[in-house]
Amino acid sequence: MNTVAILLSAFVLSFVALLVFIWSQRTGLFDRSSKGAEVIFAPGEIGRIEEPAAAASAQGSLQGAVDTAGAGHATRADAAELAERARADASTAPLVFFMFCCAIAWLLVASAAGLTASIKLHEPDWLVQQAWLTFGRIRTIHLNAVAYGWAPMAGLGIAMFVIPRLLKTPLLGARFAFIGAVFWNAALIAGLGSIAAGINDGLEWLEIPWQIGILFAVGGALIGLPLVFTLVNRRVEHLYVSVWYMACALFWLPVLFVVAKMPGLHQGVQQAAMNWWFGHNVLGLFYTPLALASVYYFLPKVIGRPIQSYNLSLLGFWGLAFFYGQVGGHHLIGGPVPEWMVTLSIVQSMMMIIPVAAFTVNQYQTLQGRLSALRWSPTLRFIGVGGLMYTASSVQGSLEALRSMNAVTHFTHYTVAHAHLGLYGFVSFVFFGAMYFVMPRITAREWPYPALITAHFWLVSGGFALYFVSLTTAGWLQGLAMLDAARPFMDSVAVTLPYLKGRSLGGAFMVLGHLVFAAHFMALTLGFGPQRDKPALFRQLFRKAATA
Amino acid sequence: MNNEVKLISGAMVMLALSTSALVVLPYLQVHDAPPLPGLKPYTSAELRGREVYIANGCVYCHSQQPRAKAFAPDFSRGWGRATVAGDYAYDQPHLLGTMRTGPDLMNVGVRQPSEPWHLGHLYQPRAFMPGSIMPSYPFLFETKAKAEKDDVVVSLPPGQAPAGQVVVARPQALDLVKYLQSLDRSYPAIAGPAVKP
Repeated sequence: MNTVAILLSAFVLSFVALLVFIWSQRTGLFDRSSKGAEVIFAPGEIGRIEEPAAAASAQGSLQGAVDTAGAGHATRADAAELAERARADASTAPLVFFMFCCAIAWLLVASAAGLTASIKLHEPDWLVQQAWLTFGRIRTIHLNAVAYGWAPMAGLGIAMFVIPRLLKTPLLGARFAFIGAVFWNAALIAGLGSIAAGINDGLEWLEIPWQIGILFAVGGALIGLPLVFTLVNRRVEHLYVSVWYMACALFWLPVLFVVAKMPGLHQGVQQAAMNWWFGHNVLGLFYTPLALASVYYFLPKVIGRPIQSYNLSLLGFWGLAFFYGQVGGHHLIGGPVPEWMVTLSIVQSMMMIIPVAAFTVNQYQTLQGRLSALRWSPTLRFIGVGGLMYTASSVQGSLEALRSMNAVTHFTHYTVAHAHLGLYGFVSFVFFGAMYFVMPRITAREWPYPALITAHFWLVSGGFALYFVSLTTAGWLQGLAMLDAARPFMDSVAVTLPYLKGRSLGGAFMVLGHLVFAAHFMALTLGFGPQRDKPALFRQLFRKAATA
Repeated sequence: MNNEVKLISGAMVMLALSTSALVVLPYLQVHDAPPLPGLKPYTSAELRGREVYIANGCVYCHSQQPRAKAFAPDFSRGWGRATVAGDYAYDQPHLLGTMRTGPDLMNVGVRQPSEPWHLGHLYQPRAFMPGSIMPSYPFLFETKAKAEKDDVVVSLPPGQAPAGQVVVARPQALDLVKYLQSLDRSYPAIAGPAVKP
């Protein structure tokens, strides 16, 4: 059959289907009312900030900044509903705390492994006596500790906290998720151990042996159960946009994982196509929706203002669900895979600009006139930067999929820099911000040293800027050198060396930032540091709720 | 949106579309691509070597997919003709790779068939390729005062072996080199006579 005909018909068909689908989900697509966006607030709460990560004085300033923007002052928020929210928070506390502890432990493991791998690229004779420390293994340990440790533990922990709030229902069946998280972490320990020992399935992003993958699948299913229980027992009619992203991410991941890990099913070039279907979708249909859900919840909640356009968020969601799933083939441009598949992926990579633009415009409009809030709110600072990086990395990704640009960047460090812009600049920054918000709520303690939050922010921001600029430059020069047949291959290695060192330096600042974060987390947990005379809002509420 | 069943089923439809485009259709089209006439199955030593290649993550710096001349100068670098699905008929897992921190290896057995060169290069890449950033792999070798019968001694430039010792290849190193030597797609991509690669 004619390739162009297949492509064109598939494209037209799916585009029409997408439009019909959105229309069926909500008639009156361009309706300007935004009732749905207000469900994250209690009656009378709009206009009131919620920023538990800030000290009391900063909270005052934040409220002041929001008030001067003048979107109508908050009346008295409905006390019963606030108490109910406090109960929802309390129902998740032990579980979320456990998942965050795991997330931070994996963050530190991943940081150490990543920095080691980075240094090895310019010091190739450093730490070579031990097989498990060789570049190919320690790099893979880094990737898996991020991909299956830090990101899912932080992201799912945040989902566990946010979903009961959004459904106005305490979390049901938290003990299943507890057991699931234990399984998950046990699987990851076994998986990293086997990679270190040289036993792996040989596919990028899917290295952990499938036998251990079974444990991941069981653990993941157990983690998903309470969210399903809570969803079907919810007390609200309307599902807020964050719920769509989080619920779908939880249903997408198992399908991706089971299809990809099925032993003996995939082979040769077909396996390569499947490999990048998985590799790109675990980013696009798991981490990205978890992080976007966090932005959609925390950004409006902190500044006390509903999302500007609820309809744009609808377009953003279904656009992402549709287009993102089909972009993976752009990892194989020029490779021995069917040409139509690569072309399809390039087209859909460009189409990703639509949901990304919808998200960006929406967040910008919501923040408009309230940018000074970034000064007072640590949560907002991390999440704001993260949101910007989402736009940046998505647009960059779309451009990289174009054949002309891909010819330079494919097979180079440029791609690695891009991957970090997405998974670090966007996803990890959003998770940092959300964790700063959540921890005071579930422990009923304030962050003891606000200066450490600032230090964390600037260390990871500065470090990551250096990391990204260095590695992007390295990759671009490397690509140009490789494309020029007149230059020997070794030129493409030599040009990267100064920038690889720059990347290690940037990475070292990032690691330092993570150590600050982890130390601050421990200080809060163990009750070190100054005790404020003014207890966190949550504690008062919780006491009220208990006596009511 | 108020209906969780609608939401999840819509989401799964989207994923099904993506799966059929990137998993099912390629499965139907290329999963059973027959091996090209010139392609030989791996021997058991080569397969063991392939496991060493996988265990140590060679794929993270070396691709195995030369691209067409119109796209990139892969051919003029001596990496070979553009590959087709039939070149990978015996590859499980696939090792196409996504990075070229080092050169493409799809035809390394053609351009560098020498076992002593590979062994020495694995022991200390910089002794053979100045400026290389490939890790050295001393754990694939052992050093002894005196080689025994059947030992494969690695020949190194002066000053590279520890003083007064010889470097001997472990079985993993020998298998890995056998695998590298087997990487050869220099036969024609299209079956039939007189087709130049």
